[in-house]
Formats: sequence, structure tokens, C-alpha cells
Amino acid sequence: MSNRPQLVIRDLKAKVEDKDILKGVNLEVNGGEIHAIMGPNGTGKSTLASVLMGHPTYEVTAGEVQLDGQDVLEMEVDERAKAGLFLAMQYPSEISGVTNADFLRSAINAKREEGNEISLMKFIRELDKKMDLLEIDSSFSQRYLNEGFSGGEKKRNEILQMMMLDPRIAILDEIDSGLDIDALKVVAKGVNEKRSPELGVIIITHYQRLLNYIKPDFVHVFMQGKVVKSGGPELAERLEAEGYDWVKEELGIEDETVGHAQV
Amino acid sequence: MSVEVYQENIREFSSKRQEPEWLRQKRLASLALVAELDLPKLEKTNVKSWGFTDFVPVPSEQSVQTLQQLPASIRDSIAAGDVGTGLYVQKNQESIFEQVDPELQKQGVIFTSLEQAIQEHGELVEKYLLQAFQNNEHQVAALHGALLSGAFLYVPRNVEVKVPQQAIFALAGNRTAAFPHLLVVAETGSKVEVIANYFDYEGRPTVLNSVIEVYVKPSAHVQVTTVNHTSSSVVDTIYRRAIVERDGHLEWVIGDFSSGRLLSDQTTYLRGEGAHVGVKSLALGAGSLRSNITSSISHFARHTTSDIQARSVVKDEATNILNSITKIEKGASQSDGQQSGKVLMLDSEARGDANPILLIDENDVTAGHAASVGRVDPLQLYYLMSRGISRAEAEKLIVFGFLDAVIREIPSESLQNHLRQIVERKFDQ
Repeated sequence: MSNRPQLVIRDLKAKVEDKDILKGVNLEVNGGEIHAIMGPNGTGKSTLASVLMGHPTYEVTAGEVQLDGQDVLEMEVDERAKAGLFLAMQYPSEISGVTNADFLRSAINAKREEGNEISLMKFIRELDKKMDLLEIDSSFSQRYLNEGFSGGEKKRNEILQMMMLDPRIAILDEIDSGLDIDALKVVAKGVNEKRSPELGVIIITHYQRLLNYIKPDFVHVFMQGKVVKSGGPELAERLEAEGYDWVKEELGIEDETVGHAQV
Repeated sequence: MSVEVYQENIREFSSKRQEPEWLRQKRLASLALVAELDLPKLEKTNVKSWGFTDFVPVPSEQSVQTLQQLPASIRDSIAAGDVGTGLYVQKNQESIFEQVDPELQKQGVIFTSLEQAIQEHGELVEKYLLQAFQNNEHQVAALHGALLSGAFLYVPRNVEVKVPQQAIFALAGNRTAAFPHLLVVAETGSKVEVIANYFDYEGRPTVLNSVIEVYVKPSAHVQVTTVNHTSSSVVDTIYRRAIVERDGHLEWVIGDFSSGRLLSDQTTYLRGEGAHVGVKSLALGAGSLRSNITSSISHFARHTTSDIQARSVVKDEATNILNSITKIEKGASQSDGQQSGKVLMLDSEARGDANPILLIDENDVTAGHAASVGRVDPLQLYYLMSRGISRAEAEKLIVFGFLDAVIREIPSESLQNHLRQIVERKFDQ
């Protein structure tokens, strides 16, 4: 029990330039749980993911975030990662001249103590195994990080990184967007493989589709920059069947967005 | 430095080396030009106060018999793995160690000091020395003409040299100077790779005034790598000049890693139909470096092709001006000239500039250029850091990646690794 990760978000508010985007998010994610955050475009879902990771564009104006009791908002981006936070990004950067393999090894070693670096053999063995599982071609490891990757390749690469880095809390930001059904199944396989009491997951998505393959324990509806409704897996099914209008009606919301196109 | 003092000095230097009259006259004529000519004019770099003449007469050096007797800093600069053959080591103005491959010698390959080559192959040297590079370009060129000392590499017709030949030019002492001249002649159909290393190892004020002349005869294939790695108190100039004849093929690999004042110039003349030159130019500047790096190609003949790939990283308060010039003359139809020059600035005080210049006097050609100057992308940093990599390490990965896009195109793996090592060491300093 003591080693189960716990992420607590309390009344989190953030802005970009002068626009408030997050308007008081509350959420608690524990090891072993999968939380789905659903909502229409422009409601601030992806901003939540970026703010948790420490994206330089956003400024936190209020609230707190704790990972295993540590203050996340005080940490640099790399410290958050070392503390166990992982974000599978919607738009990962392309970095020329840095191979996937070199990058992954640097990332793994960054988490380890000096003198305790992963051996090259062990690294290759782990990488091959996980690439197999995600049906990634072996030439992939020597390609430059995300450079010239298709949308699907980028998503698989994000999941591959998650599997190699063993985070405590993983946030998957629209990992399903632009994926065909086969790719979606592969990505889901990767996530399910890592499912354990040592990992808490937040899945951010528009669609219920991904949740057919990764069963969530909790579903949250995100509107106007905060969680407006929470429930179990049945909530996702109802959203899929009936859309979001009934939620808006129920809560008296006219415009669900934060008045801002997605950044 | 006064011309009178040096006249005497040069006469003595020349007679000690038993130089022929033509060379002695060339030296004295060059010296006369020093007083007449201006300093080189560079795009966006003022070199007035650099101190190209700030040196005292250079003492002579003792040569050594074995590799092991060389100073450790010189020994370490020899590219690993290729120690067995073709090595020329010059300290300040004198050859201190030479090694030749007897097999190549049998085939007529010459690799020795200019001093020696002039004694044994005077006519050959006279035909090429100071032809592609002329002593009347400017004051720095004239100084070089007056005081040059260096090595001669000659590859006869159709001879293929399989192992890279290495020349090392090392500086030591206080206010000393060296004027290394590397003369490379690759006859028709021959093939050779040369690596030249320039550095100082005592970190004191010195002047390095280097020239490389390369003659690529029809269908010859030549690769020349230069690595300049001088410390912050050195005024380092290097002029590289090449003439490429019909179907000749030249690859320049240029590593500019010096830390003081650096003037690095590469100019290639594509004289014969079908001639090609490729330039891979890498620079990493730190501290208070001031550098001006120019790659210039002139197409004079039909079907000639050129490609300049230049990458420069500046950190701390370093400044680098990166010029790429592609000139296609009238009549050089169906030629192709491409260039790309990119500068990455790491610190707020670091300055960089990329100047792409295309000068085209012929209609039937293709040409293209790309140039950029920028800072490290904060989103790239964020991405790498989000995987637990520290800011410093992430920056390093981005810089290495930036340079590696050119390094990995270099057609020799051992040379690739050699350059990566230098970049890594220099970056961590």
C-alpha cells in the first residue's frame, strides 16, 4: 500500500497569456486506477495535462498538485519526471540528430544514480521486447526522435517511452487521435501491459472508442476548465451514445469551452 | 615586427634550409608585400586588432625518433586506429616527426616536409606552391608567403591511398608563430584522404597562420579534413584553397573548434567539367571566441556540382559569422550549387549570423540555399526534460543532434567518432 502512487490535484487554476483556462480542477488518482477525462474540444483537458507536466507556456495561478505528498508545482519539468510523472504528448517535438535509442537511454539513466546506469545489453533487450509488443519496426530505434514520423508512429513512440520509463502516474493526452483501429489496439495493449497497482493512469480523450480497449475505473467530464461530473465506466458509454448536451443541460452550462481554441 | 628584422631572419631561415633561389625570392617578395597590403576584409567581422603580426622569431625545434618521444598532447591528437601510416608532425615551424608507409613510397607517393620535398622534387613543388593561394591577397597572405613551412603530399596517377594521411601542426611557446602550409597534389585518377590538425598545447599567446592548397586532377577523389582546436589566446587563421579539374571530386570536412580569434576560409574553384566539391563545416564556439567562417565555391565549368552544409553552435559570449558563397560563372551551364548554413545560439550573450550568398551569371543552372539563426527551441527542451533529462543534458542532446546531422554524412566512421569526441569534450568544458 505504501508504495502505491497518489496524485492529488486541488483547485488548480492556470492561464496562458491573459486567458484563464483551468478554473479550479480537483482530481485524485491512485495507483491501480485508470481515470478517463472526457469532454468536447476547447474545454481545457489538454491544458490540464500540460500544466501537470510543467509546459513553459502556462502559468499556474492557484491551487496545488501533490505526487506522493511532494509539491509538483515547485518542481522543474525534469524533476517531475524523476518523481514519476509521465505525459504522452499530443504533439511530441521532433529532434533532429538524436536517435530514439540514444534519447531513451539518456532518459532511463537520468532517473538512475550515477554509476548505476543501465547496461547496453539490458537496454537493448528491454527495448526490443517492448518494440515487439507495440509492433514497431526494429529500424525505429536508430531513427531521429519523432523526425518524419507519421502520426501513428509518434503515438506508439510515446507509449514505448512510457513502457521503458516506468512512471508512477502516466497521463495520456489524446493518444487515440488520428489512430486507426489496429493502431489503437496496439497502443491499448501497451497501456494494459503496464497496468498494475504501481501505476495510476489519466486518459484524456474526446471519444469513448479507446475506452473499449482500456477499461477505465473512473470517468470525468471536463467543461469550462474543470471537472464538472464524475462517474464510472457507464458514464463514458452514455456520453458516447447521447453526446454531451444532456450534461450541459443538467448543469445549466451554455458554452462548455473556455473561450479558447486548443493550444 | 619590422620588415628589416625579418628580411635578415628570412634569409637565414631560407639558407639554413638550403632553399632554392626561387623560394627565397618568393619569401622576400612576400615580405615586401606585408608592408603594402591591407588586412583581409571580412563580412561583419573586424580583424584590425587581432594581432596577426604580434609574434617574435621562432626558435628551432628538435626532431624525435619515435612516436613515443612526441609530447603527450601531440601524441593524443593522432586519430586513433590509423597510427600505422602516413604521419607528419610539425611543431611551430619545424618538422619533428615523419612516418611513411613503405608500400605507398614504392608506388611513388610523397609525404614529407616541404623542406625535404623541395630538395628532392623541387620542380614539382615549384609548379604548385602558392598558385591556388596567392601571397598578394592581403597582409595575412603575404605574411604566410614570407614565412611558410609545412608538408607536401603527392599521389601519383591512379594510385589509391587507402589509409588517411595525417598532418599535425602544433604550437607551443610564448608569442611564437607558425605558418603551416599543406600542399596536396592528387594526380589523375588517384584517391586520397588527408586529415590536418591544428592546435596549441601551452595555452599562451601565439599566432597560427595556416594555408592548405589542394590540386585535384582529372577524376581524382580527395577528402581533406581540418580540425582547428586552438586555445583562447591564439590568433588562428586558416585559408584553404582548391582547384578541381574535370570529373574530380573533393570533399572538405571542416571542424572549427578554436576558442580565441578564428578566421576560417575555404575557397574551391571547380575548373573542369563534371567537377564536384562537398563541404561539411562544423563549428562550436565558446568563451569569448570571435570567429568568421567562410565557405566559397566558384563554378567555372559545365556540369559542376557543389554542396555546402555548415552548422555552427555558439555558447557563452562567443560570436560566429557564417558565410556561404556559391558563385556560378557564365558558361558553367547545367551546374548545381546547393548550400545550407545554420547557427544555433545557446546563451543570451552568444551571437551568430548566417549569410547565404548566391551569385549566378548563367541561366541554365540549379541552385538553392537555406539559412537559419536561432536559439534552442523551448518546446524541444520541455519535451526532453519531461522524460527526466536535465536542462543541461537536454541542451547538449539538441546541440549534438544539430551538429550530428552533418557529422553522420561524413564518409568515414572513425572520423565521425573523432569529431563527436572533440565536440563532446569542448561542450563539457
